[in-house]
Amino acid sequence: MSNATLMRHAGFVLRSNVVTAIAAGAALLLVLTAIIGPLVIRYDPHSSNVSIALQPPSALHWFGTDQLGRDVLARVVTAARLDLAIAVLAVSLSFVVGAFIGALCGYAGGRIDRWVGRFVDVLMAFPLFVLAMAMVAALGNAVENIIYATAIINLPFYIRFARAEVNVRRGAGWVEAARASGHSHFEVVTRYLIPNVLPAMAVQISLNLGWAILNAAGLSFIGLGVTPPTPEWGIMVAEGARFITQGKWWLVGYPGLALMLTVLCFNLLGDGLRDILDPRMRQ
Amino acid sequence: MKPRALGLIARRTGRRFLSSVPALVGVVVFTFILMRVLPGDPAVFFASGPNAGKAEIEAIRSQMGLDKPMAEQLFYYVRDIGTGNLGRSLTTGQTVSKDLASRLPASLELTFVALALALTLAIPLGVLAALRPGSLVDHGVRLLCTLGVCVPTFVSGLLLIYCFYYWLGIAPDPTGRLDVFTTEPPRITGFLLIDALAAGDWEAWSAAARQLVLPAATMALFVLAPLARITRASMLAVLGSDYIRTAEGLGLSRPRIIIGYALRNGLLPVLTIAGIVFSTMLGANVLVEKVFSWPGVAAYALDALLSSDYAPVQGFVLLMATIFVIVNLTIDVLYGIADPRIGME
Repeated sequence: MSNATLMRHAGFVLRSNVVTAIAAGAALLLVLTAIIGPLVIRYDPHSSNVSIALQPPSALHWFGTDQLGRDVLARVVTAARLDLAIAVLAVSLSFVVGAFIGALCGYAGGRIDRWVGRFVDVLMAFPLFVLAMAMVAALGNAVENIIYATAIINLPFYIRFARAEVNVRRGAGWVEAARASGHSHFEVVTRYLIPNVLPAMAVQISLNLGWAILNAAGLSFIGLGVTPPTPEWGIMVAEGARFITQGKWWLVGYPGLALMLTVLCFNLLGDGLRDILDPRMRQ
Repeated sequence: MKPRALGLIARRTGRRFLSSVPALVGVVVFTFILMRVLPGDPAVFFASGPNAGKAEIEAIRSQMGLDKPMAEQLFYYVRDIGTGNLGRSLTTGQTVSKDLASRLPASLELTFVALALALTLAIPLGVLAALRPGSLVDHGVRLLCTLGVCVPTFVSGLLLIYCFYYWLGIAPDPTGRLDVFTTEPPRITGFLLIDALAAGDWEAWSAAARQLVLPAATMALFVLAPLARITRASMLAVLGSDYIRTAEGLGLSRPRIIIGYALRNGLLPVLTIAGIVFSTMLGANVLVEKVFSWPGVAAYALDALLSSDYAPVQGFVLLMATIFVIVNLTIDVLYGIADPRIGME
């Protein structure tokens, strides 16, 4: 499909599928919030003022204030950047590494394929969140290790996906043609096979982003990776958890809502992308 | 069932069991590597306490074989696991295997109740949605599924606490398995619901059940979506098949067709995703146990992890992976029994 046709098709799908259009708009808004949000907000997410601690939402503080009197809205908006960055970095890392390893396995087959297969089986034998937890513990309690851990637990899906997609294509005429015209095996994989399976994998990325955000927020909720006072949705919920039995719902509710809407938006977008790239999969 | 079929199942089970051995070996090796990578000295885990002297640690080091080559150490590690020696927790002072054994029932009780709750909600919802595709019920179920996977368990758990404990005041204090006024029934299985039943202590039973409702509901909500979705999809496929048309043509009653014929086949694919669901639940356990101060294995490992006490963490990871491998094996065997076509390869 040429670029122009793809764009026209995307436009058609967006027009006929309102939900995807809204999700795409929301995703854009989210990214914008992450980039320019911290510049627009009225309050400093770090400045505390105990005299206005634990105030419910008001005209002055739309999302209320937390136990140190910090503005919850400012913190929720500031956190968007970190949460999105963790998810995007983790997913792109596992996408790049997974696509490469998977394509290699699918192309080469044989011993490499078998060993990577074993490794993936072992990874999949762990409950994934537990594995991520153990890896953050092993690598050390830091934000970048949350990214690595989330990337590794995502890896099996990309490896399997790329492997299967490349495997069915490796015998294709154009692969042979690429070989015959003097490209090395490495070039065939990186310049022809991987770009060819990329569109199908793009759908996985969007669906995975939501999952990655849930995982990263879960890890910081249990006290791994991000440390207070850094604004991050998972840790904000963890801090607010102490006050939920006293009815201070906004400390948990707003970061929770942000998490939920973000994941919802990526999931809907993923479903929509699938429609655009593969109309046959439409339900 | 004919003896021949039983033999087939037994052979299949054996074969499947053998094929899960490499995964188990991989799990042990992986945990071993994690143990070596983890910050801190393994000898310290096994020492008498945090204040153990240098001489004692050195003695333990050579006693544990930590001065030996890696391959030999791996051998010792496997031997230790084989004899149930997972080290000692610094925080509780007990052996990790003992700690895990005493807390596992709490986690399992929560997981099983949540799974049962999720299934009793998801299957009827999925069937209802499949019976009238495109109807209001169908859209409602789809909305619930879409939202269900987006709400993190730790947020939904806290919001449930807000609603039912703070606002409506009908839920008990959301900490632990029993409120402070109830005495624990004598321990037989460690499952409070079963133990209280065995002791005939209805008060303890209802107290335990009341504590269990919110955490179980939290977990059930999270796995409701995949279960309801697959039930709907497979019921749709089954309801369109020839034998259902035949059953309708024979004039069988609607409930009999749906429950007696369609559902029996429609539930098969639900089994295939049960493994994924279980994996999700074991992970969600960590978060839910933290939210509800549930005294299970996950909360235990988490407390240990945050106080840099690594032996319990390794024991926990090993335990979770083993449970998961066993669950997958069981699902596979069940699938073979439920769908005889699989066994005929």
